Amino acid sequence: MTASAPSFAQSVWLVTEREIGSKLRSKAFLISTAILFVIALASVLWGGFAAGGDNRIPVAVTPQTASALAAVPDAVEVTEVADTDAARELVRSGEVDAALVPGGPDPFGFRVLANDSAPGGLMQLLSITPSVELLEPDGVDFALRYFVALGFGLIFFMAALTFGSTIAQSVVEEKQTRVVELLISAIPTRALLAGKVLGNTILAMGQIIGLAAIAIVGLTVTDQGALLTGLGAPLVWFAVFFLFGFILLASLFAAAAAMVSRQEDIGSTTTPLTFLVMAPYFLVIFFNDNPVVMTVMSYVPFSAPVGMPVRIFLGEAQWWEPLVSLVVLLVTCALAIVVGAKIYENSLLRMGARVKLAEALKG
Amino acid sequence: MLELSGITKSYGGRRVLDDIGFTVSPGRLTGFVGGNGAGKTTTMRIVLGVLARDGGSVTLDGTAVTAADRRRFGYMPEERGLYPKMRVLEHVVYLARLHGFSKPDATTRATALLEELGLGERLTDNIETLSLGNQQRAQIAAALVHDPKVLILDEPFSGLDPLAVDVVAAVLQARAAEGAAVLFSSHQLDVVERLCDDLVIIAGGTIRAAGTRDELRSQHAQRRFELVSAGDAGWLRDEPGIEVLEFDGGYALFDADSDESAQRVLRRAVDTGDVASFAPRHPSLAQIFKEVIQ
Repeated sequence: MTASAPSFAQSVWLVTEREIGSKLRSKAFLISTAILFVIALASVLWGGFAAGGDNRIPVAVTPQTASALAAVPDAVEVTEVADTDAARELVRSGEVDAALVPGGPDPFGFRVLANDSAPGGLMQLLSITPSVELLEPDGVDFALRYFVALGFGLIFFMAALTFGSTIAQSVVEEKQTRVVELLISAIPTRALLAGKVLGNTILAMGQIIGLAAIAIVGLTVTDQGALLTGLGAPLVWFAVFFLFGFILLASLFAAAAAMVSRQEDIGSTTTPLTFLVMAPYFLVIFFNDNPVVMTVMSYVPFSAPVGMPVRIFLGEAQWWEPLVSLVVLLVTCALAIVVGAKIYENSLLRMGARVKLAEALKG
Repeated sequence: MLELSGITKSYGGRRVLDDIGFTVSPGRLTGFVGGNGAGKTTTMRIVLGVLARDGGSVTLDGTAVTAADRRRFGYMPEERGLYPKMRVLEHVVYLARLHGFSKPDATTRATALLEELGLGERLTDNIETLSLGNQQRAQIAAALVHDPKVLILDEPFSGLDPLAVDVVAAVLQARAAEGAAVLFSSHQLDVVERLCDDLVIIAGGTIRAAGTRDELRSQHAQRRFELVSAGDAGWLRDEPGIEVLEFDGGYALFDADSDESAQRVLRRAVDTGDVASFAPRHPSLAQIFKEVIQ
């Protein structure tokens, strides 16, 4: 039994396997992932049922007034009764919100009976309004825009932070326990870094794809086909942007963590990255209706994974915009890998005090 | 043969290693002895390449040690550490695979080694659940599993009970017998004295003595003899060239100024009464150590 040195790719994959294996064995990770999936499923289903629920207005009519509601059959639940007295009785008992009874001035020829206040919804249906032409129609209503933006922001924020901190902790764990000295006497430093980034990227993408699957299945089951069609392309773009955005962040998290030697000190170098991860989430919440901010966000590599899919969903992005933004992201990602690997290599074996950034870059 | 020569290292103007040079031969156990802060760990880390040296060279069989050579080194760092949440066998297998063994080979080797080290019952336990002594054994397995040509072990015996010391010592001796060059540091001088073929003594960042154990002993031997005889050995005090250190009836411990003086004492002792034993007293490693680090 003799051993020949494993290839770079083999070394990377061994590290990757270990990263994934140790995470999948963590009960905390499995439970929090399960909770995340359940919450995602619940909110999709809840959204579906709320949209599909029965919100027709119950109205009683007499044979003389039934024709008045013929124009709005979907908005009302009509109960036909014999005469005005029967209709009055139903309103009083609360079985219907209102009743249309004969009489009253032209042009209506009927009156509305209600208990204690005029039924606003019904009055609107019965009103005659002039037609309106919107010069700049808003394709998506405000609530939907908000929730889609929030959804992308939240998922990016949570997945990037979860796996970013995982990689940071795992780097420091190796430093603190000196396992790293055993590892790099066996494999190149870069293989170790690549394996850690790859392992955590696979886990993060797994979670993202899981969430996307839940969204698609949930929307299909609850018959929200229109929303699903609208979300399809943004979801795919989100996955692509997230993939490279996460590799970018993971390289930086690994480099930042390599600069310290103890778990207690992780915060001192990773806090700026944490803010970088949280920024898109807050920006998208506060500025999702501000086209300038959203456009800038969709090109800045750290926020593009959130900004671009939201703009695509809103129909505000030209077809070439995600491609340009993706190129910007890829270039930044490549740079981050080079710089991250340099910091990582230069800091990994320096125990004790925090390595200064200038020294880590110089080496 | 692993050879260090002229190694220097300074931390912020303070020189911690100065012209360190010694060899570690294949097939032999070399003990690396020195007080706290003498430079043992720093030297070992430089050999492993986890610390950069300021000057000097580390060569293996005459050529500078490369990253590829270091893959065949086994290392046990001073500060112990394995992944706390990995299982014992899984961990050792992982390290073997990083060194290029296939999964089945790695598993076979790791299992055999862990059994040899007395951890056969604990293979599927998490590292963090092991006692410190057992973690230490696992750490030794981690250093040995890829069949290294050169073993660099920082305090492999610290924290082990006497039985465990014997187990680990046997494993190391077996590796040396198979041709590995083994360098280990220790402050347990009795263990070093018992095990080592060669010795390197470091103090204050410089090598104070290096060579085979027997060479060092004879270099530092002081013609000290021990006499056990039936009669009273009081006459020894009047012998020229003899200095009596301890005396109790028929027992005497003395230094002789020359071999002739010693032989003369032996002859007279035999004439005076029955001699039960007459033997040179070798200095212990502890004595040599105290002497050379002064």
